[in-house]
Amino acid sequence: MKRTTRNRLVAYSFLLPNFIGFLVFTLIPVIAALGLSFMKWDSYSPMRFVGLRNFQTMLKDSSFKIAFWNTLYFTGLTVPLTIVVALILALALNKGLRSVKVFRAIHFFPHVASTIAVAVVWQFLYHPDMGPINQLLRLVGVSDPPRWTASVTWAMPAVIIMSVWKSAGYYMVMFLAGLQGIPGHLYEVATIDGATAWQKFRYVTLPLLTPTLFFVLTMNLIYSFKVFDQIYIMTEGGPGRATMVLVYYIYLQAFVNQNFGYASAMAAVFFLLILGVTIFQFRLQERWVTYLD
Amino acid sequence: MRKRRILLLIPILLSSAIMLLPFAWMLSASLKTNVEVFKFPIEWIPKNPQWRNYVTIWSKIDFGRFYFNTIKLTVIITLLQLATCSLAAYAFAKIDFPERNALFVAYIATLIVPFQVIMIPQFILFRRLGLVNRHLALILLQAFSPFGVFLMRQFYLSVPNELVEAARIDGLSEFGIYRKIMLPLSKPALASLTIFTFVFVWNDFLGPLIYLHSGHLRTIQLGIRMFISQYTAEYALIMAASVCSLIPVVIVFLACQRYFVEGITLTGLKG
Repeated sequence: MKRTTRNRLVAYSFLLPNFIGFLVFTLIPVIAALGLSFMKWDSYSPMRFVGLRNFQTMLKDSSFKIAFWNTLYFTGLTVPLTIVVALILALALNKGLRSVKVFRAIHFFPHVASTIAVAVVWQFLYHPDMGPINQLLRLVGVSDPPRWTASVTWAMPAVIIMSVWKSAGYYMVMFLAGLQGIPGHLYEVATIDGATAWQKFRYVTLPLLTPTLFFVLTMNLIYSFKVFDQIYIMTEGGPGRATMVLVYYIYLQAFVNQNFGYASAMAAVFFLLILGVTIFQFRLQERWVTYLD
Repeated sequence: MRKRRILLLIPILLSSAIMLLPFAWMLSASLKTNVEVFKFPIEWIPKNPQWRNYVTIWSKIDFGRFYFNTIKLTVIITLLQLATCSLAAYAFAKIDFPERNALFVAYIATLIVPFQVIMIPQFILFRRLGLVNRHLALILLQAFSPFGVFLMRQFYLSVPNELVEAARIDGLSEFGIYRKIMLPLSKPALASLTIFTFVFVWNDFLGPLIYLHSGHLRTIQLGIRMFISQYTAEYALIMAASVCSLIPVVIVFLACQRYFVEGITLTGLKG
């Protein structure tokens, strides 16, 4: 048997168990996702092609617009806050503390814990009248503390704070790995040249950490766009539509209202949003990311 | 130097406290009566611990069934992933065949498509197949993860090709190389994948929410959600149920901590 043919046969027998599942349950749905967005389909009447009508409906749908802006609001605050907190913690932890592993584990744990359980606890902590957070605020003199998840203004910040708390440790671990990858001799050279601590951070640490920063930023953006679990538990998109985000609205339209076609069109827009931001990120990369080699 | 170290310790200690306090509050509340839960100042160690709460939750709702369902799904999905992903990854990393790159690109391309984007066509497919409201739907959905293939392939790439070539010359079959050389070498990657999958399936909410409708099929995350909507004011019991849902993850996390960190560096930074 020819070598290529033999290799092919062997390779496919290794691939087959995974590939069949991948093809049927991932690849085909990916392709179908696009097609569905041009259909009207409410699962009671047969599917029919409606061209761009779903997308026109979206433009007139105030809930969709609110969900879109709320998703940007959530992401726009969660991402920078998480990154700043994670970076500060990583820098503090990297500077020769003896029990790095213990602190790393403590900070990483909220990321591993289920969002559902954690959101339930935070909902109690946020309780406007009896919750410990507001009790504490009253104790330090805030006579009229925010009503958190019960308030149109404060519901989103409440979800954001909880989300930053949950994922900061995860990105801190990434930053720590990045910091440990910076060669020590660069700092020695800088010391010999008489650089101050700030200068070392500004001209050695920060530039060499940009690949990690880039990776963290990309991941964190995608992750934040997908926010769902904490919204479902803590606010159900409310009060009113104050915390209605895209994935929650897509879920409602598809699995509660059975508007599969319309929901698919919104899912397509959601994907374009993620794809667009990610491509933009990669384009911008050359301008600010420094690779050592 | 000493002074600086203490200065650095302050933000770390402070943030450690912030990370841990919600869990401490949860544990403490789970051992109180509903009236005591919101008492202020917080009584961190209840004077009169209500251990009974942990017995009550198992009879109030079918918590045992939820636990069993979650364990069942987690074990089956994790085992299937380990088997199918490590096999496929071997083909991508160590066998030279013409369609290799094209196929791998297809895998990578789907990696950037979030579940939320394809959940609708997937659901429609499963409804056609008559698998909605069955555990099999979630198993089929999560057992063939492209992420797992990617992770294992990254690891196999670090195994020198010379080793594989030498084994081929010695007459070992490809499956023999996979089983006798690659699998034993890839224990850290297998451990990382196991942990990732375990934590993902255990914590998954949206998947079960879409597919599992009948009470007896529910997973623990759905169970907690059901608990909150049925017994809104049973604060202490809700906390006890939440603590129970976290215990397996805590155990795995404490036992296999280094693999969590290794997994992150394996899939991420070195790409």
